[in-house]
Amino acid sequence: MTNYAYVSLIPLLPLACFVVLGLWGRKRFKTFSGIVGTGSLLASTILSFYTAYQYFFVDGKVNGVYQHIIAMKYTWLQFSPNVSIDMGIMLDPISVMMIVVVTFISLMVHVFSLGYMKGEERFATYYAFLSLFTFSMLGLVLSTNIFQIYMFWELVGVSSYLLIGYYFDKPSAVAASKKAFIVTRFADLGFLIGILILAFHAETLDISTLIERLTDHQSTQFVSITTGSLLGVSILTWGLTLVFIGGAGKSAMFPLHIWLPDAMEGPTPVSALIHAATMVVAGVYLVARLFPVYSIDGAALDIVTYVGAFSALLAAVIACTQTDIKRVLAYSTMSQIGYMMFSLGVSRYGGENGLGFMASMFHLFTHAFFKSLLFLGAGAVIHLVHSNDMKDMGGLRKFMPVTHISFLIACLAISGIPPFAGFFSKEEILTAAFDSNKLIYGVALFTSGLTAFYMFRLYFSIFWKKESHLHNAHGEGTSTMKIPLIILAVCAVIAGLLPFSNFITSDGAALETHINLVFSIAPVLLALGGILLAANLYKTENNKPEKVAAALGGFYKAAHSKFYVDEVYIFVTKKIVFNLIGRPAAWIDKNIVDGLMNLIASVTEKISELIKGLQSGKVQSYTLYFFAGIVGLAAVFIYLWK
Amino acid sequence: MGIDFFILMKSELLLAVIIFILLFIKVGSKEWKNEQMLNIVNVLLLVNFIAGFFGNKDGMLFNDMFKTNQLIVLEKCILNLGTFIISLQAYTWLKNHKHVLEFYMLLLASLMGMFYMISSGNLLMFYLGLELSTIPLAALANFDLEKRKSSEAAFKLIMSSAFSSGLLLFGISMMYGTTGTLNFTELSQHLDGSALQLFAFILLFTGFAFKISVVPFHLWTADVYEGSPVAITSFLSVISKGAFIFAFISVLYNVFKPLADTWYNMLFLLSVLTMVIGNLFAIRQNNLKRFLAFSSIAQVGFILVGISGSSQAGTASVIYFILIYIFSNLGAFGVIALVSALTVKEGIEDYKGFYKTNPLLTWVLTIALFSLAGIPPTAGFFGKFFLIMAGAAKGNYTLIIIAALNMIVSLYYYLRVVKAMFMDKNEQPIEKLVINNYSKLALFICVSGIVLTGFVSWVYDYIYSLSTGF
Repeated sequence: MTNYAYVSLIPLLPLACFVVLGLWGRKRFKTFSGIVGTGSLLASTILSFYTAYQYFFVDGKVNGVYQHIIAMKYTWLQFSPNVSIDMGIMLDPISVMMIVVVTFISLMVHVFSLGYMKGEERFATYYAFLSLFTFSMLGLVLSTNIFQIYMFWELVGVSSYLLIGYYFDKPSAVAASKKAFIVTRFADLGFLIGILILAFHAETLDISTLIERLTDHQSTQFVSITTGSLLGVSILTWGLTLVFIGGAGKSAMFPLHIWLPDAMEGPTPVSALIHAATMVVAGVYLVARLFPVYSIDGAALDIVTYVGAFSALLAAVIACTQTDIKRVLAYSTMSQIGYMMFSLGVSRYGGENGLGFMASMFHLFTHAFFKSLLFLGAGAVIHLVHSNDMKDMGGLRKFMPVTHISFLIACLAISGIPPFAGFFSKEEILTAAFDSNKLIYGVALFTSGLTAFYMFRLYFSIFWKKESHLHNAHGEGTSTMKIPLIILAVCAVIAGLLPFSNFITSDGAALETHINLVFSIAPVLLALGGILLAANLYKTENNKPEKVAAALGGFYKAAHSKFYVDEVYIFVTKKIVFNLIGRPAAWIDKNIVDGLMNLIASVTEKISELIKGLQSGKVQSYTLYFFAGIVGLAAVFIYLWK
Repeated sequence: MGIDFFILMKSELLLAVIIFILLFIKVGSKEWKNEQMLNIVNVLLLVNFIAGFFGNKDGMLFNDMFKTNQLIVLEKCILNLGTFIISLQAYTWLKNHKHVLEFYMLLLASLMGMFYMISSGNLLMFYLGLELSTIPLAALANFDLEKRKSSEAAFKLIMSSAFSSGLLLFGISMMYGTTGTLNFTELSQHLDGSALQLFAFILLFTGFAFKISVVPFHLWTADVYEGSPVAITSFLSVISKGAFIFAFISVLYNVFKPLADTWYNMLFLLSVLTMVIGNLFAIRQNNLKRFLAFSSIAQVGFILVGISGSSQAGTASVIYFILIYIFSNLGAFGVIALVSALTVKEGIEDYKGFYKTNPLLTWVLTIALFSLAGIPPTAGFFGKFFLIMAGAAKGNYTLIIIAALNMIVSLYYYLRVVKAMFMDKNEQPIEKLVINNYSKLALFICVSGIVLTGFVSWVYDYIYSLSTGF
C-alpha cells in the first residue's frame, strides 16, 4: 500500500497560501498575489488528481470493494481514553471525489478571477479568502473525526461569510453576509447537538468507529441509541435529524434556504465556487458520509427525502419568476441540491438498493461542473453589461461567442438533454426515485421539466430576445476568463460518460447500471417541452410572458415574492421573538443582570478596600497572620472538620 | 555508587560545575567585560538545559535520601528552561551591574537547592534543599544595591523565611517524634492521623504554603516582589514557586497519602481563600510588579484546585500548567523587566499608550496576559482547563464554580493592563525602546511557548505518561 501522507499537502498548500497572502499580500504581492494563489492551488489540484488515480486505479480496492484508508491521524485533544478529537485524513470514494471536484473547480475559479477581479483594491485579500475557503472545504471532506468536520464546517461558514461580504462598502452585501452566517449558524446549532447526541451514544467521535458501532445491531451502543426515545421518536432519529438540519442549513434546503439567493451579493466567481459547486453540497456530503447510519433509520431518511423533494420543486417554481440572473442560478442550485438530497433519501445501503446514493454523488459531481460553468458564464455577462438584471440584457450572443456556447452547453446539461453530463446523473436519480417512491418520482419529473424551462428562459433572455445596443463593448474579457469556461464546458459534456458507478457506491463495491431508453423518454420529452416553451416565450421580444403571468395571477405573484418565506422569517423574528423574548430579555439584562453586576463590582471594591489593611508592610504583622493561619488550620482540621 | 552517582545526580553536578567555572573566572587574574561574562553564562545555561535531557536513569542514592526518576528530571528541565529565560531577560539589567558573577553563583546555588528538594527522599534532605534554595534568594533580592526598597525586600524575605523554617522544623521534629522516621517511604507507613501528627502535618503544610504564597501565608510576597530586581521577582514567582509546587504535589501524593481526606479539605479551603483574596488584591494594584505578585497568588489558587484532584491527571495538569505558567509569566515579566531596566517605570499608568511606541512589546505583553487570564487559544487556557478538569474529577462542584468565577474576575484586571496599553491616551508614553538580541530571544521563546504548547498535544500526553497515579 502506498503512503498517502502527501495528501495532507492538498489542504495545507491553500492554508499556507492564505497565511502568506493574508499577512503580506497587500504589501508585498499586490497584483502578483493572484498568481501565487493560483499556483499553489494548481499544485493541490495535480496532487488530488494523482491521489484519485492512486486510490481508484492502484490500491484503493481490496476484493472488489473500495476501502476506507486513514492516511493520517493525529490526536488533538484526548477527552477520555475513548473519546478524542482527532485531526486526520480519510480517503474513501466520496472524499477522493470531493477533493478532485473542490480543487478543480477552485482552480477554475482562481483562473477566472485573475481577469474578473483585476484592478480590485483588495485583490490579495480576495485570493487569501479563496485560499482559506479551499483549505477549509478540503479539510472538511477529508475529515476522519466528526468534530473535525464540525470545525471545518464552521471555517467554511466563516470564509463564505468573508467572501459574501467582500464588497463590504455595499450595505446589501453586508446584510447578505450576516444573513448567511446567522441562518447557517442557526442550523449548525442543530448539527452540533446532533453530533453530541450521536457521539454520546456511540461513545466516540471517530467517524469509522461511530458508523461501525451504530450499524452493528448487536453492539451496546446501537441498543442504547435505538431503545432510548424522546417525544416518541428514537434518539437515533433525533440525532440524525439534527445533523441533517445542519446539512440543510449549509445546503440551503427549505426552510433554511433564505440565505442562498442573498449570498449572490458576493463576487460572481465566489458564487460559482462556494454557492454552486462546493460549500452548498456540504450538507449532501454530510448525509453521504454518515449514510450507513442514515440507511438504518427510515424516519430520518424520509425527512431527508421530503425536504429534498419539496425544496427541489419550490426552488424551481421560484426560479421561473426571478429576473436577477444570479438569483435564478441560486434557486436552480437549491433545486438541484434538492435532487441530490431526495436521491439519498430514497436510497438504501448496499448493492442495487444503493442506486440512489450513487446517483446523488454522481449528480453532485456533474452538477459541480455545469453549475460553476453557468455562474462563471453569468459572471462574464455581468462583467460586460454591469448589471445582474436580465432586462438589461439580450442579444449578447454576438458579443461573447465563447460564453454563449459554453452557457448553452451548461443549460443543456442541467436540463438533462443527452448526451450532456446532467442527463446521465439525472436519469439515475429518477430511476432510483421511480423504484422506491412514485410520488417523489412525479415531483422530480415535473421539476426536471421546470428546470429546462427556467434555464432556457435565462438563456434566451440573455443571449437572444432583443438586439443589443451595447456601445461600450470591451469584448468578452481576458483569456484567463475564457479558458475556464471552455474547460468546464468540455467537462459538462463528458463528465456524464464516466463509469461513475464503478467507483462510488454506498458500500464501495461496483454497481452495474444501464440506461433504460424507454424510461428516458418521459424526462427528455418534458425537458424538450420546457425548452420549446421557453423559446416560444423568450426568444423574441413579445408580450406573451406578461400574459402568462397575468393568467397565473396570485400564484405568479407569490412565486415572484419567493412564497413570502423571508417575510415569515421577519414576522417571526421581529414581531414575535423580539417582542416576546428580546425585549423582556433586554429589560432583565439592563436592570437585573447589570444591576447585579454593579452590585458585585461595588461589593468587591468594598471588600478589597476592607482587607487592604492586611497588607501593612510590617513583617511582624505578617508573621502574626501566618501564625493565626496555622492556629486556624489546626483548630479546623484537628477538632472541627475531621 | 560509582558511575551511577554521576548519572543520577547529573543535574545537580552540572550546576555545581557551572558555579565553579564562574568562581574560577571571578578569582582569576583576567579582567572580563560584563558582556563577555554574560555570554559565557548564557551559553553554559543553555548547555545545562540541553544536557538535562540526556543520559538519565531512575534510582536512589545515599540511603534513599536522594531519588530521581523521569518525572523529576522533566521537572528539573522545566526549571532549567525557566532559569535560562530569566538569565536572557536579565541581560539588559546585568550589563551595567558590578557583580554579575555573584548574581549567577547565588542564583544557581538556589536552583541547586530546589533540585535537591525535588529529589529528596527524606525530610531532612528536603529541609536542607529548601534552605539552600532560600538563603541565596534573600541575598539576591538585595541585588539592586543602591535601592532601599531592595534591601527592605531582602530583609522581609529572610525574616519571614526564618520564621516559616522554624515552624517547618518544629513540624519535622514532631513528625519524627510520632513516627520514628524521616524517610518518606517509611514515614507514610507510620501515619495514623493522630492529633499530634495532624498538627505536625499542618506545620509542614504551611511551610509549603508559605513558599508558594498561599493565603494567609502570602503576605511577604507583594513587598518582596515589588522591592526585588525584576529578574529575582520573576525567579521567585516562577522558578521558586514551580519547584515548591513540584515538591509539594509529590510529598502530598506519595508521603501523606494516608492523610488525603484532611489535606483535600485543606486544599479546598485554602484554594478558595487564595483565589478570592489574590484576585481582590490584584484588582487594586497599580504597580505592575505588585500586580503580577497578586495575580500569581491567584494563579496558585488554581494550581491548588488541580492538586486537589489527587489523580494522575492532577500531577500531569499541575506540571503542564507550571510549564505554561513559566512561559506566560516570564513573557509578562520580560517586558516589564525591559521597561523597568531602561526607563525605571513600573506603574500601570505609565503603560498608557504603550502600543503607539512599542507595538511589538505590547503584543508580547498582551499575549502573555491573555495566557495568564486563560483566554483561548493561548496555552494558558489549556493549562487552566486541565487543572479544572483534574479538580472537577473529584466531584466538588462548589470549588469548580468558585474557580470559574475567579477566572472571570481575573479577566478584569488582566484586561485593564491591555486596555491601558492599547486604548488609553497618554501625552508622554514610554519612548521607543531598543531591545537587545538576548531579550528578543527570551520573548520569542515565551511567545512561541504560549502559542504552541496548547496545540501540541503530545506535551501534555508526555507529562501525563510520566506522572504517577494516586
